[in-house]
Amino acid sequence: MDVIRLPRRVSIIGSVAVVGKKEFEGPIGADFDLHDDTEMFGMDTWEKAESEMQRRALSLAIGKAKIDATSLDAIFAGDLMNQCTGSAYGLKDFSVPYFGLYGACSTFAESLMLSSLMIGAGYFTTCASVTSSHFCTAERQFRFPLEYGGQRTPTSQRTATAAGAAILSAENAGKVTITEVLPGRIVDKGITDVNNMGAAMAPAAVDTLSRYFHATGTNPDGFDLIVTGDLGIEGHGILCDLLLSEGIDVRPVCNDCGLMLYSAESQDMHAGGSGCGCSASVIAGHVIKRMEKGELRNVLYLATGALMSPGSLFQGLSIPGIAHLVHLSV
Amino acid sequence: MRSEEYQKYVNSRAGKSPLLKDCLFAFLVGGLICALAEGLHYAYDALGIETETAKALVSVTLVFLAALFTGIGLFDDLAKVAGAGTLVPITGFANAVVSPAIDNKSEGFIMGVGAKMFVIAGPVIVYGILSSAIYGVVYYILNMWMG
Repeated sequence: MDVIRLPRRVSIIGSVAVVGKKEFEGPIGADFDLHDDTEMFGMDTWEKAESEMQRRALSLAIGKAKIDATSLDAIFAGDLMNQCTGSAYGLKDFSVPYFGLYGACSTFAESLMLSSLMIGAGYFTTCASVTSSHFCTAERQFRFPLEYGGQRTPTSQRTATAAGAAILSAENAGKVTITEVLPGRIVDKGITDVNNMGAAMAPAAVDTLSRYFHATGTNPDGFDLIVTGDLGIEGHGILCDLLLSEGIDVRPVCNDCGLMLYSAESQDMHAGGSGCGCSASVIAGHVIKRMEKGELRNVLYLATGALMSPGSLFQGLSIPGIAHLVHLSV
Repeated sequence: MRSEEYQKYVNSRAGKSPLLKDCLFAFLVGGLICALAEGLHYAYDALGIETETAKALVSVTLVFLAALFTGIGLFDDLAKVAGAGTLVPITGFANAVVSPAIDNKSEGFIMGVGAKMFVIAGPVIVYGILSSAIYGVVYYILNMWMG
């Protein structure tokens, strides 16, 4: 598949990030719109808290975009919980047509891509992309109970407690636009270690990025930032290495949302952040704001996802990776 | 890069856990827990409790302490440093039962706490009992044979 250049101007007219305590304490914490130190967001279970994060993120984004919720044509949303309940319960009261997505940590790029494609094709005028993850709901589902006394390996990543929302529209003129998208292909290089998801996802990122550069004839120098989410320290290093062996040097402009969200050393985050909310909050809360200020003009956002389940891991299956690319411009 | 090559490359560059440090802390904390248990044994003895009962009381006390520290959220902080030092003694078993019980309270006492409590410790119990049954049979046969 070739790179899709959107036939209409699709701009981001409102973006919001809602985060937990550790994310707020991280290096870009000041950029986030809302945080809750208890990480409960006024709810009595972690699952409800994650839904509430999505609800608040979308409400704030609608306010920023100065639109009415009823003018939304559709919401594309996802999270890590079974059957995407985080999104369904968080967004049910908006009474807007809803599409639930699962792309693991790549979901935010997937939702931006589908929103912009639908707007670009003329079916919809205004759409919302919302994703979230919560450390406590993800730990319960994918790893161990929260109070379980275990040790983590250096390559393991931490699921971010964060939600991001962006309103995309063909009508109101936002500064930041989505100009191109490239859907990712599933790549599986046989990695089975769930504590090294960066290594499982990096080959998919290499696949998408090299396809993009070959198809468009561009090179990394043409971009202010190539931001992956969330390869972490390990996956980021692998991505740079593998692309270099193909003759593409992304190192001067490449960063990773999982590395930007936390200070890996001082916050004891091992390989960095992960989860649907990780790149959603970094893009919606930090990158888009920097673009609106004019600090960044040309950004490739490449969200990576590890498409396994606890069951597939117990059955010894390897972890398939995917990477969706969205080109953001000012 | 082929899958086998890629897996080799990934393994060669992945950061390893600090084995020496982990072993040292496991030894120190594990040793301290066992010393505490020994101290408790002496204390129960001094109270005039029979040795067999005192041994059981030591286990009960350690399980209680591990459950308490899990409940107030300190056990996992200690275990992060101590690793096998907290996991291998009976404290690890208590933590493995109490932590899923706390986590799954939101799904109710039947399908949550009751059903999920043994999600980690369950296999230990199942195979512990199975292996002790096998041991019993072997012991019985050997006894018959060797008189």
